[in-house]
Amino acid sequence: MENKPLEGILVIDFSQYLSAPSASLRLADLGARVIKIEKPQTGDNCRSLYFSNLVMNGESSMFHAINRNKQSYCADLKVEDDRKKVYKLIEKADVVMHNFRPGVVEKLGIDFDTVKSINPGIVYAELSGYGKEGVWKNKPGLDLLLQSISGLTQLNGNDGAGPVPIGLAVVDILSGAHLAQGILSCLYRKVTTGKGGRVEVSMLESALEYQFESVTCFHRDGGKPTVRPKSNSAHAYLGAPYGVYPTKNGHLALAMGSIPVLGDLLGCPALKNYETPQSWFDKRDEIKDILANHLQTKNTADWLAVLEPADFWCAEVMNWKTLFDKEAFKILNMIQEVSMSDGYKFKTTRCPIQVNSGWLTSEIGTPKLGEHTAVIQKEFSL
Amino acid sequence: MLPLEGITVLEFAQFMAGPSAGLKMADLGARVIKIERPGSGEAGRKIALKNIYIDESSMVFHTANRNKQSYAADLKDPNDLEKVKKLIAKADVMTHNFRPGVMEKIGLDYEDVKKINPRIIYGVVSGYSAVGPWATKPGQDLLIQSLSGFVNLTGNESDGPTASGLATSDIFTGVHLVQGILASLIKRSKTGVGSKIEVSLLESTLDIQFEVLTTYLNDGNKLPQRAKKGSAHAYLDAPYGIYKTKDSHIAIALTPLNELAKAIGLNLPDEYKNKDTWFGKRNEIMQLISPVLEKETTAHWLGIFEPLDFRCSDVFTYEQLFKTEGFKAIDMMQEVETTDGITMKTTRCPIRIDGKKIFNRKSAPKAGENNALIEKEFNL
Repeated sequence: MENKPLEGILVIDFSQYLSAPSASLRLADLGARVIKIEKPQTGDNCRSLYFSNLVMNGESSMFHAINRNKQSYCADLKVEDDRKKVYKLIEKADVVMHNFRPGVVEKLGIDFDTVKSINPGIVYAELSGYGKEGVWKNKPGLDLLLQSISGLTQLNGNDGAGPVPIGLAVVDILSGAHLAQGILSCLYRKVTTGKGGRVEVSMLESALEYQFESVTCFHRDGGKPTVRPKSNSAHAYLGAPYGVYPTKNGHLALAMGSIPVLGDLLGCPALKNYETPQSWFDKRDEIKDILANHLQTKNTADWLAVLEPADFWCAEVMNWKTLFDKEAFKILNMIQEVSMSDGYKFKTTRCPIQVNSGWLTSEIGTPKLGEHTAVIQKEFSL
Repeated sequence: MLPLEGITVLEFAQFMAGPSAGLKMADLGARVIKIERPGSGEAGRKIALKNIYIDESSMVFHTANRNKQSYAADLKDPNDLEKVKKLIAKADVMTHNFRPGVMEKIGLDYEDVKKINPRIIYGVVSGYSAVGPWATKPGQDLLIQSLSGFVNLTGNESDGPTASGLATSDIFTGVHLVQGILASLIKRSKTGVGSKIEVSLLESTLDIQFEVLTTYLNDGNKLPQRAKKGSAHAYLDAPYGIYKTKDSHIAIALTPLNELAKAIGLNLPDEYKNKDTWFGKRNEIMQLISPVLEKETTAHWLGIFEPLDFRCSDVFTYEQLFKTEGFKAIDMMQEVETTDGITMKTTRCPIRIDGKKIFNRKSAPKAGENNALIEKEFNL
């Protein structure tokens, strides 16, 4: 297999939890060497943050998912000797990253100015909750809070359901992805010009850019409140049929399309009264009612058999079990097995990016806390 | 100097995933030229939210395509195709999201393009990847959310599958495309050779579920169970969720239940004192907390919780958010303007480079708006 694109890049990662660590996971997937700097005894707090009480080899499933293919180096930055060693490591690094609350890196001696004085060509990346200025700068940056504060919870679910957050840490993951984009763009500049750079991302800014369509719409539309459809909602600003509908034996998703055409295909004459795209938006609640009643009369497969040949945008709603049984999923080899140094193996997803028709995979599992401290000290003569 | 200054991107991609990638590269300093069919331009110009248009193109199109140029060319016309090939010879990156087979027919698939320009980074977006029985199925955001399991994570137990009300699959796919392209540009600076990058909506939507999927794959394949009420994450302990208050709602993230109970004056029954019950018994526990929180306003509870450093916050609408000092402090909005002088308020790039926010006033181009300029500049 050919070299991965970031081979030779060294990333020193002080971050914890999910946001920035998901960025360094991607850099690792793309071929960079990522060294987590963890505090002695506890390490990254995510190690003990459990999902449904699942413990995998002594640590949380979440930690394993985020930190495979990385190395762990233990250091207490409040101890002079430890700090000096970390500085020597920073001298050799291409990227330094962290997600501490404002003020912490200054105390730990790894703020931008200090790091830049050690390594002027460094790409220094930081991820915060709400930016470093303003009244919210010290608020805790947790995914659900950012979803709640940014208006995101008003976009999901039906009208009348109250705020509905997305059921995974989407803002953490997106802000991490933006951090990776910023790091990569500065690494490009570094390898072509020698100039280092500073990258800053906040979860709040990422959450708002994520909503760029609806935020722009809100302003353009004179500040009218966000109103979700009464039922079968999948988007507050789109007309019928856009939504998810129960069928006799499951659920069917319908994206954008002509309502009269849909009426013809489904044998539902009542839909033919809605002729204009304007009416598909203005009357979406009544159209969705008609559709919902009609779609319940047959199985999902029956509807797909009519809609798919007509190229109408539709899909069967699946769970992981049904999806994983499909040939189309199996052929993707989306699940990989990784092993830890003690032989513990677990399954996880692989990087979603394909390079030159090959998947970026790695068999390296999660590091134990401080697993690589001795090796790294020797290698870098710390 | 923005990091991608000097990079030229040719964007054949349409709709949202590919163009959102082009937008990010433009914001980071690249020059992005959309290659569009003459007249109507890319299909995304006609995709509208609330039927809102800015000019002959929708507001959504302007949101995803600001800060770009447009070159109109009919790829089926040999003369136009020759000109596009000349452009390709000078470009660093190109992106497209045609269904498998289309670029092969035109003569612009990676193998062809590599001969014109071996340094190019060739980015492809698809619905389900280029292989397998779904390769030619239409890949659209809601459809991918629906079949990837993502819709089973949001909402309460008795709700049906609940999609995220925005183009989550498109946006993450675009983000992953940028990551692949930039990594390949870095590699190119060492090897002198370009790469082909492929992303799909399906793989990207599975990737964002990586934590919960890893849990599923290692806990004996238990499907996600959403909480009965106030659900915010299928896999997290009580009290994680959104609760009603006297005047609004409050979001409570990772906060130890015993400390929360103490702060709200709730006598936690002995059976819930052990941390191990906070996941299994979360419905019962959330049902105990809810009526207490509903008795007072959000401000009242935040006044108690924030000094204790609990992970909690208001739940805002856009209207409420945009009035806050916290929002104003980040300067997130910018005004963009078309060549006709039509202005629109939209978000800026969320990434700050070298301590600076990135703004750009240029709105989306009309189809073919920059043909004369580009033909002259590149001697087409």
